[in-house]
Amino acid sequence: MKELEVSGRTVEDALRSALLRLGVSREEVDYEVIDEGSKGLFGIFGARTAKIRVVVKQNPVDKLVKFLKEVTIAMGLLIDVEVSVKEGTISANIKGENLGVLIGRRGETLDALQYLSNLVVNKNSEAKQKIILDIEGYRNRRKNTLQKLALRLADKVRKQGKSIVLEPMNAQERRVIHTTLQSRDDIYTFSEGEEPYRKIVIAPKK
Amino acid sequence: MKELVEILAKALVDKPENVNVKMVEKENNVVLLELRVAPEDMGKVIGKQGRIAKAIRSLVKAAAVKQGKKAILEIV
Repeated sequence: MKELEVSGRTVEDALRSALLRLGVSREEVDYEVIDEGSKGLFGIFGARTAKIRVVVKQNPVDKLVKFLKEVTIAMGLLIDVEVSVKEGTISANIKGENLGVLIGRRGETLDALQYLSNLVVNKNSEAKQKIILDIEGYRNRRKNTLQKLALRLADKVRKQGKSIVLEPMNAQERRVIHTTLQSRDDIYTFSEGEEPYRKIVIAPKK
Repeated sequence: MKELVEILAKALVDKPENVNVKMVEKENNVVLLELRVAPEDMGKVIGKQGRIAKAIRSLVKAAAVKQGKKAILEIV
């Protein structure tokens, strides 16, 4: 983080010279007044210069990439991050070798990292950014797997005329299954149980 | 693993200078990690219904698995 302490005749003066030295605009910094300064008596006795500390605000993408690199290095992983930004959403695709450990079972570790990234990047910032993480296209692959699973099980339910209960899944994964089978008229889907063990049931329509 | 917990905790709290992690290697490849933060930062590492603590544990577990170990994280 870029930080600078500057003095000036007034706070306003100090801020102006700090911006000049850092080469940034007023919106890009936060500052804190260390000493307001004083004009003193007749501008002679007890005059003090104003002193402020100026900090350049980090943009959320830089913050995110820095956080991801630090975390993965500490885990002994070597990664590259590809970031795209769209309307308040930052999507980051993490690339590298042997990242299975970072995905975890059913994406559990990836979801944890995504949750923490959201907290860290949005800490102390007013405009909240939504962060979506992916690793080597895992989320799409998982979506395809779930869609195929849904179709296969739906056919089985129709043939056997008996309901099937799926494994517990998180909300996004359940949504994929519900959406995939939404338009079927031979079966219907619903969820039962409490989070985090909520599961989908595929049942035949009579 | 100690470093990982430090990085995560420091990024989440308001007083990173008060983050302290102690690591104790136990038998059977078990590693015990004790995380201490400023009292007012407890919520920032635990979260509603322990959601943040759970996410931190997830990552620590992954790092431990990679080293063929088992990690226990305690927030004290």
